[in-house]
Amino acid sequence: MKKKTITSLLIILAVIICLIIAQRTLDSFSLRILNLSGVYIIFAVSMNLINGFTGQLTLGHAGFIAVGAYTYSLLIMDSDLKQMNFFLKPLISPLDTLQLGFFPAMIIAGLLAALTGFLVGAPALRLRGDYLAIATLGFGEIIRIIFTNTQSITNGSLGLKGIPKPDNFFFIKMDNSLMWWIWVAAIITVVFHLLLIDSSYGRAFKAIREDEKAAQAMGVSLFKHKVMAMVISSFFAGIGGALLASLIGTIDPLMFRFTLTYNILLIVVIGGMGSTSGATISAIVVTVLMEALRFLDQGFLGLPELPGLRMVVFAILLLIVVLFYPKGIMGNEELTWSKLRRLFGKPFAAKEVNR
Amino acid sequence: MLKINNLHVHYGGIHALRGISLEVPKNKIITLIGANGAGKSTTLRSICGLVPKTDGTIVFEGEDITSLKTTEIVKRGVTLVPEGRHVFPDLTVLENLKLGAYLRTDKSEINKDINRVYELFPRLKERKDQLAGTLSGGEQQMLAIGRALMSRPRLLMMDEPSLGLAPLIVQDVFKIIQQIHNEGMTILLIEQNASAALQIADYGYVLETGSIVLEGTGKELLNNQEVKKAYLGQS
Repeated sequence: MKKKTITSLLIILAVIICLIIAQRTLDSFSLRILNLSGVYIIFAVSMNLINGFTGQLTLGHAGFIAVGAYTYSLLIMDSDLKQMNFFLKPLISPLDTLQLGFFPAMIIAGLLAALTGFLVGAPALRLRGDYLAIATLGFGEIIRIIFTNTQSITNGSLGLKGIPKPDNFFFIKMDNSLMWWIWVAAIITVVFHLLLIDSSYGRAFKAIREDEKAAQAMGVSLFKHKVMAMVISSFFAGIGGALLASLIGTIDPLMFRFTLTYNILLIVVIGGMGSTSGATISAIVVTVLMEALRFLDQGFLGLPELPGLRMVVFAILLLIVVLFYPKGIMGNEELTWSKLRRLFGKPFAAKEVNR
Repeated sequence: MLKINNLHVHYGGIHALRGISLEVPKNKIITLIGANGAGKSTTLRSICGLVPKTDGTIVFEGEDITSLKTTEIVKRGVTLVPEGRHVFPDLTVLENLKLGAYLRTDKSEINKDINRVYELFPRLKERKDQLAGTLSGGEQQMLAIGRALMSRPRLLMMDEPSLGLAPLIVQDVFKIIQQIHNEGMTILLIEQNASAALQIADYGYVLETGSIVLEGTGKELLNNQEVKKAYLGQS
């Protein structure tokens, strides 16, 4: 157990060192992709909690992300900026003058998303399987449509522009403080989920996924745990939404369509339903590929410009994963040293005395 | 210990239990026998609060548990080994056992109980890191029983523990049931294998289409002509 803690701390340290190096060497475009990967890690790991670990197929993640993104944006913008944005219909008070710091705005964004998760989950989680998927998909769309139509709160389809980035990281002024916020949030998300899954709550979540009848007979309250997973999942989705809004700087309701949920689901399925490390790895791979494959859209090998061609690659990738790795790259297991050793063969194994 | 009085259960339009009354005294094995659809499983499931009841009362150790939620009922010491085993296939044997102790918070005692279960079922110890879904049917049944014991039940209810097992394994399972009973456990057992169940039972009830038609000690029922004819395949 203690060895596990030490290795975990070492991994976190390694990530931080990589980030420091990245910050010094990478150009702003690559840094942006790096940050986007961090945000997608938060999305994928949180969605995996309810879909992968608890086994409840829900498709409303984009809605919770939207709640987080809008809450954060409305709390962080100053009143001048708000006036500039809301030129068609003024923003209702007290939101028009309210301004908070980065950290409280982000936490409130998470909490409001969690509340939304509760309001959606409490009725929807009484359903199962396909019905649950369709109901949550519907709720996600409803959230987006409400945001499109509440002009005096969200500025409707005009969206919000010029969302400021944080200029400090816990009161330390830094050039790239957003990167640190995003990655610290991502690390906390991953560690929190790993610990949660290892706890008795995590076992209860998995028990529900495996066999609801038996879980119930063991005294696991199905409804309570499903809603709990949903609330935690949407809290982190909200935090991720806040960071996404801060990173991109402009949000509008069209960003939070079903395609966003689909992209996250793609990451989760490729990574392995029920594997936090799988979701983490696949979030980075997919986000980087999404940018790296952009040349496909711009026309290559004499082909005409075809926007969206790179998405075909992901469709094929998903097909391959479903056909050959039906459980995703990690299945429902976590990445451990012993597995890495097996993967890289004997030269490493020789050095290890025991686990 | 457990007293059921005039219990009625409806599934949609079907009147599944039509006023059942039975009693489970402390430290005894009580068995319910009957054909498919007689209402045996429904009885157990309604004791656990898994099925809504239309009428009647269930009293456990002097407390009315009729309208309590399953979680509360399990907390009070009533645990069900569900029909068809229902182990958690993608979790390891150890995780399965830990889930049995889900409502308990006494960590050191839980570890002691895990060792007790391993003593009772040495097979499970050998396979503690194996996924439960890869165990054989008999091993899964042992895991299901072990998992139920992990909640430290005072009343253990078993729904068809011999279902789908090879005859030799069935014998083992019944031996284990008796062993657990000898250690002082109160057991409510449901079986289609009526002769095996009645042989180890102190008292038995015969269920037919939702009502109790016959009751008596295990021996009495074993020697009863009607039971012989209907459930034991003798005449």
